[in-house]
Amino acid sequence: MALELVKRPSPSRLFAALSPFIAFALTLLAGALLFKIQGVPPLAGLYTYFVEPLTETWSLHELAIKAAPLILIAVGLAVCFLSNNWNIGAEGQFILGGIFGSALPVLYPELSNNTTLPVMLLMGAAGGALFGLIPAFLKVKFNANEILTSLMLVYVAQLLLDWLVRGPWRNPAGFGFPQTRAFDELARLPAIDNMAGRAHWGIAFALIAALALWWLLRSTRSGFEIRVIGASPRAGAFAGFSSKRLTLFAFALSGGLAGLAGIVEVSGTIGQLQPSISPGYGFTAIIVAFLGRLNPAGIVAAGTVLALTYLGGEAAQMSLGLSDKAVRVFQGLLLFFVLATDTLIHYQLRRSGDTHGA
Amino acid sequence: MPSDTQPPLLELEKLRKAFPGTLANDDVDLVINPGEIHALLGENGAGKSTLVKMIYGVLRPDAGAIRWHGESVDLPNPRAARRRGIGMVFQHFSLFEALSAAENIALSLDDAPPMDTLTQRARELSERYGLPLDPHAMVGDLSVGERQRIEIVRCLLQEPELLILDEPTSVLTPQEAEQLFKTLEQLRADGKSILYISHRLQEVQRLCDNATVLRGGKVVGHCKPAEESAASLATLMVGSELPEVAHEEALESGAVLLDVRALTRPAATPFAVALQDVYLQGRSGRILGIAGVAGNGQGELFEVLSGEVLTEQPLCIKMRNKAIGNLGINERRKLGAAFVPEERLGHGAVPNMSLIDNALLSRHRSDGGELVGITGRVKRGKLRKLAARIVESMDVRCSGTEQPAGALSGGNLQKYIIARELDRKPKVLVVNQPTWGVDAGAALRIRNALVQLARDGSAVVVISQDLEELLQISDDVSVMHDGKLSFPMPVAEANPENIGLLMGGSEANAGGNA
Repeated sequence: MALELVKRPSPSRLFAALSPFIAFALTLLAGALLFKIQGVPPLAGLYTYFVEPLTETWSLHELAIKAAPLILIAVGLAVCFLSNNWNIGAEGQFILGGIFGSALPVLYPELSNNTTLPVMLLMGAAGGALFGLIPAFLKVKFNANEILTSLMLVYVAQLLLDWLVRGPWRNPAGFGFPQTRAFDELARLPAIDNMAGRAHWGIAFALIAALALWWLLRSTRSGFEIRVIGASPRAGAFAGFSSKRLTLFAFALSGGLAGLAGIVEVSGTIGQLQPSISPGYGFTAIIVAFLGRLNPAGIVAAGTVLALTYLGGEAAQMSLGLSDKAVRVFQGLLLFFVLATDTLIHYQLRRSGDTHGA
Repeated sequence: MPSDTQPPLLELEKLRKAFPGTLANDDVDLVINPGEIHALLGENGAGKSTLVKMIYGVLRPDAGAIRWHGESVDLPNPRAARRRGIGMVFQHFSLFEALSAAENIALSLDDAPPMDTLTQRARELSERYGLPLDPHAMVGDLSVGERQRIEIVRCLLQEPELLILDEPTSVLTPQEAEQLFKTLEQLRADGKSILYISHRLQEVQRLCDNATVLRGGKVVGHCKPAEESAASLATLMVGSELPEVAHEEALESGAVLLDVRALTRPAATPFAVALQDVYLQGRSGRILGIAGVAGNGQGELFEVLSGEVLTEQPLCIKMRNKAIGNLGINERRKLGAAFVPEERLGHGAVPNMSLIDNALLSRHRSDGGELVGITGRVKRGKLRKLAARIVESMDVRCSGTEQPAGALSGGNLQKYIIARELDRKPKVLVVNQPTWGVDAGAALRIRNALVQLARDGSAVVVISQDLEELLQISDDVSVMHDGKLSFPMPVAEANPENIGLLMGGSEANAGGNA
């Protein structure tokens, strides 16, 4: 007697709305269990992870710094996922954004002036968009699976960055450390309130992007196009929409936003290029997109929650001596529970052969 | 009518099945005796499918009893039903195109014998019941009629006492249907029983011994079809007298609004049909009917006419004297064309989107700046009004325009889709299967609307597998077979025999001298 999933005739709207919360609650429960197994008091562990970072001004600033790239990337990914384009390579587009945007301050530090920062941001977005267009082009032209191509390009991007900072772009006055020169003040994205904490204008970009895409998806023909093609490509063709064009658009947009997040991270948070510029933002943003139900408003909330797991992870590492891998475990649990609750909203589990309530 | 000596083969007593929001079957009684062909009549949505699914073990009744040979049985799944001797041929076949007939049969059997034995037995059955079948033929190469034979043979291999057939003739030419009837009569002579689901009254009268009529989930009558008239059966099914489609003489041949010449399209996939040298003229004031068995290139023709697929030679298709072969669907709409595809869900409408959003689907470009502003902003208020107007114009039954399209019944959604296009008063309308799976009331309404559109001066092209429908509303009829379109004949000269021959592929003249 095997188990099988059967589609529910009408999924519950209430549970569809509740599912992110249920998933989060289940993650906390599973997390508490993990703490227990590790010999950490579960409640203290959860407190360190999810509450402590919210109690101080400086840590709220850190939260904004971590939430900004997650939200920027995830709203772009939402457009991809809604239109059935599975861009798994935002991490690579993020890195390419960082590289493109850094070209100016690294290669021409002497040109520094007031236009430097805007040019860097634009180049970062362009770099991410171009890199995102590679899997889109391969999909449109050769029907290559974009999940594989976009994912594999992440490794290309990581190795390219590694090579640059160890080779041609290494700081000549940097004692051989694999880093570029530190950016000039004019090439740095400034903090919003220098006195209170480190948070820079990246979070503002993220909120503006979320607002813009919320409007796009909700009120425009382009948003309609995205939803129609995502729901049914044939109906999309009947409406005269081109799914190939949309694939290119969705990848360019999400790549561009990931690239912008990349250069924002480099110029705002780090201040130079180094072998690693992302603690997996591009992958975590996939969780953010789904936890936020592919809705920009939800993504802002989900981005904050996931940013919290990063901060909590650092805190737990320091005060509880937990491995830094615990962060990934929490994020993985969260994605697992989101997908599980979503599946159970649309399907019910039953023993095969039993036909009740079909 | 249970006989005194022997209990009936199958007896349903007060069978009841509810779904959220509807009572699909309400205390349904039905009796089938051995060696009887029993018709189950009813409109779409009358509850026929639900009832049959309970007999075949796909659904479980909420209440009531199923008695088999007089003994109450529980059928938790189709396997249990098959073991008791109940077989079913579904309306939509489930065959693998890249496998042979015998392989398909072997895959579906609960306990498949070795291939040689199986092939041998399939041959015997097909000979005995007049179901010519080559067990080694690839299913992808077979016609719909031949595929149906595979389905029937694979049911018969299980030696059922009761065979359920769901709308079996809907995919057949009249000649193929006639052959199927002979098979069924032979089965009856061998003492097997058949539950025959249909809404085609003539064939029910020709074939069936008894009939049970369902309406709104309830049994509204048991009768002997041969003793009834088609009109009295229809009245029983629909609940009221149906007026005929009003079809006056067409105007003398009007201006050519749609002109297709020497249109050729290579097959897009190994299982698609290539269009060969198609000539077609849509004239103002007239309906051109395109008959044909499913899968002979009608879908491919529709895609090229609608512009979902572009042709390389733009001059092949002219609309109102403008070459449009390389224009997309929205450009064609702007020239006054409208299209209704065969599939409602997932092609003509997006199932999980509201009726309001679905109103936008085909009209976001054609209506100029009416529905979408220059900035791309959708004008919700106007869209809402449009959806309400569409719903009203064809009396679409729904609980409001916020309802998702997928929640509507087939007939209501089709009315909505057709009304969405008619609302623009198109000069050229191409519609594929206008009344497929639609209840009689909605079908009548749709057919009348199509005739009215033509009489108002538009050119209408109707692709349909329903020959009766085409003979009823068309002014000219062409037949599509294997990607070729026959020369149109005036409807007065058309009849099921000569059209049926063309549908079967005899003397299909490639193109014509239009």
